[in-house]
Amino acid sequence: MAVPEVKEKYAGRIQEVTLGAGSRGKTVAIGGESTLPFLHFEGTVANRPAIAIEVSDREPDDWSPLLKEAWGDVMGDPAKWAAKAEELGADVIALSLDSAHPERGNTGADDARKTVRKVLEATTLPLIVYGPGQKDKDNEVLVAAAEEAKGERIAIGNAEEKNYRTIVAAALANDQVVIAKSPMDVNLAKQLNVLIGDMGIPKDRIIMDPTTGALGYGVEYSYSVMERVRLAALGGDATLQQPMVLTVGYEAWRTKEARTNDEVPQEWGDWAQRAILWEANTAITLVNTGANLLVLRHPQSVALVRKAIDRLMAGA
Amino acid sequence: MALSGIQIYKVLPQTNCKECGVATCLAFAMKLAARQAELSACPYVSDEAKAMLDTAAAPPIRLITLGAGDRKLEVGNETVVYRHEKTFVHQPGLFLRLPASLSDADFAAGVDKVAGYTVERVGQMLRTDGVAIEGASADAFAARVKQAVDKGLAVILLASDPAVIEAGLAAAGNTKPLIYAGAGADSAALAPLAKKYSASLTVGAAGDLEALAAATEKAVAAGAEDLVLDPGMTGWADALALPAQLRRAAIKKNFKQLGYPIIAFPGSLSDSAEEEAMLASLLIGKYAGLIVLDRFDQAVVYSLLALRQNIYTDPQKPIQVSPGLYEIGEPEPGSPLLVTTNFSLTYFSVAGEVEGSGRKAWLLVADSEGLSVLTAWAAGKFDAEAIAKAVKTTGVAEKINHKSIVLPGAVAGLSGELEEELPGWKVLVGPRESIGIPSYLKLLASQ
Repeated sequence: MAVPEVKEKYAGRIQEVTLGAGSRGKTVAIGGESTLPFLHFEGTVANRPAIAIEVSDREPDDWSPLLKEAWGDVMGDPAKWAAKAEELGADVIALSLDSAHPERGNTGADDARKTVRKVLEATTLPLIVYGPGQKDKDNEVLVAAAEEAKGERIAIGNAEEKNYRTIVAAALANDQVVIAKSPMDVNLAKQLNVLIGDMGIPKDRIIMDPTTGALGYGVEYSYSVMERVRLAALGGDATLQQPMVLTVGYEAWRTKEARTNDEVPQEWGDWAQRAILWEANTAITLVNTGANLLVLRHPQSVALVRKAIDRLMAGA
Repeated sequence: MALSGIQIYKVLPQTNCKECGVATCLAFAMKLAARQAELSACPYVSDEAKAMLDTAAAPPIRLITLGAGDRKLEVGNETVVYRHEKTFVHQPGLFLRLPASLSDADFAAGVDKVAGYTVERVGQMLRTDGVAIEGASADAFAARVKQAVDKGLAVILLASDPAVIEAGLAAAGNTKPLIYAGAGADSAALAPLAKKYSASLTVGAAGDLEALAAATEKAVAAGAEDLVLDPGMTGWADALALPAQLRRAAIKKNFKQLGYPIIAFPGSLSDSAEEEAMLASLLIGKYAGLIVLDRFDQAVVYSLLALRQNIYTDPQKPIQVSPGLYEIGEPEPGSPLLVTTNFSLTYFSVAGEVEGSGRKAWLLVADSEGLSVLTAWAAGKFDAEAIAKAVKTTGVAEKINHKSIVLPGAVAGLSGELEEELPGWKVLVGPRESIGIPSYLKLLASQ
């Protein structure tokens, strides 16, 4: 008895979004696939999932010692940090303008411009620029970043339901890409994409961040939300066809498993191995349900995820 | 694939004799379709109808049991392709491969490592399931299988010589081992052995699903019932593509010949323990029934057990944490007291943010029947009364030297009522989202 045909014929396709232009030595395209992750037998996986390395504009005081050990001195200087991240295999630099947070330095638009300029000069890679996650400061520094990097096609974020207009307008005016972040819910993700699209920004300039939890801390919710988003998109729902970015490093490295080795059960095993795997396994689980861009923190998990993606693309 | 009432009605006697206790054959058919009646209630049912209903009632992926007693492992019986459609049912078994080349001491150490590993997460004890033992000579194999079985582990017998396999089967007794004779083995020839010892049997075919289906058909014809599939993954992309095709064929097309759990050996496609862990993670996410590891680092095993627990949580019934008082970072009597609900994700978000802030706090988890803060509040399961009850039953007042409690910002409206329920307490309103907790705690500490 012949095995029945199980290939799906999807009506939709994921939108391709390109980061980088102008003085960037490299551009990075994400999305564009016409099937579920790496099912090369039934569709095209147009672009491999890309890896961004997170770089902060202020030396983080709450990062795991393992990360500090891995990056060393460059953590105090976003330009050097970005250069080193490029050397260690990043496709994209995710620059966090964390110092703009009112409690973490309260720096302003001028500082943001200088930092963005410095980092653009230090690396040939495309950039994501994140605000500090506080509404007014996000608006202030992301507008500055979008203007400063005009012509470079960076991604700026996060645009959220409660605060997207100014950020989207800045992306629109300066030909940048915007990251639309929604809290782990298919309908909220859809709604935000529609609201942002209604401002007139083309679809090839929106990336969505459906939010993830780390392994052991809700990753299964993201797994299922992302799978539902992806199936709807492939089924033809044009409001969910944006490629997906996930801040895996941020989530994985604030888990107890990654942060610390104090008073943890012996069964948790070697700290460094556990912490790196916590990030790498969170990343690969999300790649399994449709992640197109992963923001990571540790050089070793970057290397592991990169090699895994190489292997998964080898079937193309 | 389930049959409709009309499909069932067509093969019933259609005499409306009422002897089954239902007024008409059509009504009886509808009950059968809804699984509210048994076909045996009809005294006149034909063999044709029986055969049809038996086939339809069988699960699309056969349930396979390995091991016995406390460590009995069941895999298969899955009913959906995508987790959100309902839930994944039986978590994949995790095994350690123990090569024949190991010294007796190293073998014993391997068995002990697997048998001795348990770790607690969200109130559940997690552990690996067994060992896959490679056989060389019959005697040595039998001794090793017995050693593992005596420790209570489920066993997979990795051997190709029927005499060696039989020695292993005999040593495994009634613990339902799985025979794995290698990807190219003639599994039909081993079917009688599997039957004799109530063992399950692996059927393999390298990368070719037609050949795999033909091989399972042959094994079934030779008397084997409980099969496991080795689709012969030659790379990581295969490790996603082959299980995806098998799962779809079994569930969407009800293709019985491929309706069995899948076994995978991620170590043979990896260069390091970390890579093996990542491929195993992909296989846990999508469709493996049995995963045989070549390496057993505690950190690897822990991360895989956590992932397995996550993915196999029923999305409709999220894990709850036990209500009670949780200590985050060894709090002192003066540390702040926060309250939230017992939905696991809510708990983890809040606890994670407190931990992430590096500060100490008491976290009071009220019983909201597993609902998140706003949902529980809307359903009346997280109100002033419930919070006051949690304060009293946990005896938190004796552990702290202040009388302040921090409410989630989303239910700020409860503060008045809560002050009435807890006379003498000061009710503070925390941030709406857990992400705001670090700043809030910092602010609180500075006051």
